[in-house]
Amino acid sequence: MSIDLASFTPVRSLAGGLLIGLASAVLYAGAGRIAGISGIAAGLLPRSPSDERAWRALFTVGLLATSALIAGFAPSMFSSPTASLATVVLGGLLVGVGTRLANGCTSGHGVCGLSRRSPRSLASVLTFMFCAGVTVLLTAPHGAAR
Amino acid sequence: MKPASIVALVSGALFAAGLTLSGMTRPEKVLGFLSVTGRWDPSLALVMGGAIAVMAPFVYWTRRRARPLFAATLHEPSATSVDGRLLFGSALFGVGWGLVGYCPGPALSALVTGSIPALAFVAAMLAGLWLVDRLAPATA
Repeated sequence: MSIDLASFTPVRSLAGGLLIGLASAVLYAGAGRIAGISGIAAGLLPRSPSDERAWRALFTVGLLATSALIAGFAPSMFSSPTASLATVVLGGLLVGVGTRLANGCTSGHGVCGLSRRSPRSLASVLTFMFCAGVTVLLTAPHGAAR
Repeated sequence: MKPASIVALVSGALFAAGLTLSGMTRPEKVLGFLSVTGRWDPSLALVMGGAIAVMAPFVYWTRRRARPLFAATLHEPSATSVDGRLLFGSALFGVGWGLVGYCPGPALSALVTGSIPALAFVAAMLAGLWLVDRLAPATA
């Protein structure tokens, strides 16, 4: 293992993290809701068993509108996955099924759950981080061969 | 518009600003973080660390207040046990994340670029979310 200093962006990544934390704090302290993206997306789908679509829809509108603004001014903040389209679809399906079974993803379990000191979230984060790391390792060139 | 609705809108906007600034909307950067055994880019540890550093005091404060500022109830997840469903789901999520470099937030955000992989990923992800609610909904 070596640290990739050329790619390391400590200031921007920390600033972005602080903003994500602020977003989660505003929703939790203001509206009493968990800013978990997989749960918010699932709750907007047709025939979802969840109630209260309104706040989820507004959160999503805020997220998409701001993303569009940023993509307009700074398109380099986005890049496309390098995986093949078939892999992308498989990955999307695994992320959807997995986060719904686990009832959370990087935001709900990672940011909110760890901040809430939830044992379930800690177990989830350790599991998905480990499995993601092993997957990257097995799918060179991103992994060992880099 | 009710204060709680404005809160949701603002939260979504801040969330997108944080995702893009941090580098989460660039899958190769995410994979560089997950590649612990290769050339490791530690940036994303600062994303999660920074987010928790802000969020954790608000959790403490809101719980002490017992209710949020603009709503009647604090909606906390009710499940407490670490079970097979949680671990299996988290494992599947990890594999999907490692294959592509998108987790749900950045994928939704990237929709606005109109990129075909982002559209395909989100369509498959929504299908996955929907299928679980149809075929194996949470019982709690």
